[in-house]
Amino acid sequence: MTFHDELRRYDGLDFDRFFSQVADADIARIIAKNRLSPMDYLALLSPRAASHLEAIATRAHELTVRHFGRAVVLFTPLYLANFCTNQCVYCGFNTKNELERRKLTVEEVEAEAQEIAKSGLKHILILTGEDRKVTPVSYMVECVQALKKYFTSISIEVYPLTREEYGELAEAGVDGMTMFQEVYDEPAYLELHPKGPKRNYLRRLEAPERAAAAGIRQITTGALLGLHDWRREAFFTGVHTDFLQRTYPDIEVAISPPRMRPHLGGFPPKEIVSDADLVQYILAFRLFMPRAGVTVSTRENAKLRENLLSLGVTKMSAGVCTQVGGRASGQDDPGQFEISDGRSVAEMAEMLYSKGYQPVYKDWQYL
Amino acid sequence: MTHASDTLLIGGRMLSSRLFLGSGKYSSNSLIPPIVNASGAQVITVAVRRVDPEAGQENILTHIPKSCILMPNTSGARNAQEAVRIARLARAAGCGDWIKIEVISDNRYLLPDNQETIEATRILAAEGFTVLPYMSPDLMAAKRMAEAGAAAIMPLGAPIGTNRGFRTKELVRIMIEEISLPVIVDAGIGRPSEACECMEMGAAAVLVNTAVASAADPVAMARAFGQAVAAGRTAFLAGPGAVEETAKASSPLTGFLHE
Repeated sequence: MTFHDELRRYDGLDFDRFFSQVADADIARIIAKNRLSPMDYLALLSPRAASHLEAIATRAHELTVRHFGRAVVLFTPLYLANFCTNQCVYCGFNTKNELERRKLTVEEVEAEAQEIAKSGLKHILILTGEDRKVTPVSYMVECVQALKKYFTSISIEVYPLTREEYGELAEAGVDGMTMFQEVYDEPAYLELHPKGPKRNYLRRLEAPERAAAAGIRQITTGALLGLHDWRREAFFTGVHTDFLQRTYPDIEVAISPPRMRPHLGGFPPKEIVSDADLVQYILAFRLFMPRAGVTVSTRENAKLRENLLSLGVTKMSAGVCTQVGGRASGQDDPGQFEISDGRSVAEMAEMLYSKGYQPVYKDWQYL
Repeated sequence: MTHASDTLLIGGRMLSSRLFLGSGKYSSNSLIPPIVNASGAQVITVAVRRVDPEAGQENILTHIPKSCILMPNTSGARNAQEAVRIARLARAAGCGDWIKIEVISDNRYLLPDNQETIEATRILAAEGFTVLPYMSPDLMAAKRMAEAGAAAIMPLGAPIGTNRGFRTKELVRIMIEEISLPVIVDAGIGRPSEACECMEMGAAAVLVNTAVASAADPVAMARAFGQAVAAGRTAFLAGPGAVEETAKASSPLTGFLHE
């Protein structure tokens, strides 16, 4: 059974009706449970649960400290290229947007790596736009070979690959992959992805399964909040994560809950996801999957990121630059999106210590 | 045996403290020295995945007191092969020859894979490591680990990080009775009283991490664990009195026979 089959089981679910039936007593009972069902998780995402945030936060904090301690893993993204063949209406890399398209040479990748390595970081996430011809897997393998000299953990956030291709990258040294489904609701997905290979909903949806089957050990999934009803998208992200953990018990799973940020296309979010909504999502997910990672990117501002620390976040980006080759060249072209927290790794570390948390620069060693 | 002469021998090292400590989950690595000092622990385990010799003050190894025995662990290993690679990395990084094998292929409950652990034990013991395997409490698996060359056996008290206490008591009790190697209760112990109970029962040592790291005052909690483990060991050596099912009358029914 694939996740798509699992998703189909919720086809008839009337979310509004379910939410209308959630009572205060249900929330209290769910908070006290050791193991939550998917429907318990959905109840915690309900509007009714929004008035119980403090009680849920207390439990989420306790679970986070118990399973992850007072430590947060730091990483940074490295954009290898911004060529893209898609027309995602919400993304700065949209093929119709006029921006200088760049692709780093392996030498340039190494120059970027040297800049990043000075910060002490050992975890890196490499990204490309979605263009198989310009950035084929063979190119990614070459980049990974160069990056291995500087980093002990290399993750990818690239277009969906075949199982064999994920295996090739795992063999080269990739241990993590992030795949944002963007939108789990299929009709909404098709509307937002009018042209390009990304329009293939199923191919993207099942990419994490192919990666896990190929031996990638850390899988991060997520929906881009603002593209569709956040409660449903948060629910399906959680159900997806739970499915991956059940199906591949030896992988480490995580979610990332990015909210839409301004970018070169200027697409307005379909709905505004407030800070309180984001908090409710992270808290509900922590209770549903106490051992899963939660990554919060620099899309969020510094103050919010600091406040999210004690609620369930386990991984944060730092020293972020979304321009291709921006670190070594100082180039300042528009990136994929605008960041809100531009602090360096050292500044992030200082902040974490001041809040009683330890910055972890290295949490995996390539074997 | 008197308390004064009571030491634990593992891998040729004599230990007077029977509390082993974990080093993860703290708000700062700089907390490790005061925690070790307060607890009196002599063995500290460190996840090899987090060791970074190039990290200067951020390198966890620089915070481990020199007086401690370093016990690197293979946290993150999903099979025997990965555990072996991690152990070799630890040795190459100068972490010594002690290795706590953790092979976990279930990331929901973090339960160890005994079969893969036995295999890793066999390979690493043959390479001269002092091998301490973390395991689900199972007598037959423990016997195979002993045959494979383990220096001690480390059954879990409850799943890692849960603070749920000594939930595997009956299974560990049988292991203590049947295994000639030291049996060290590792994982799940949440309170000093539970560590004390392990020791009263005859465990050779107890390893704790989350219970200390998640305490409001980790240093004070480390001290409490040190005291509890010592008290439990003393009680074990003292030989607790027999447990009676019924009360013994202070005026026995047959007392008149001795009058």
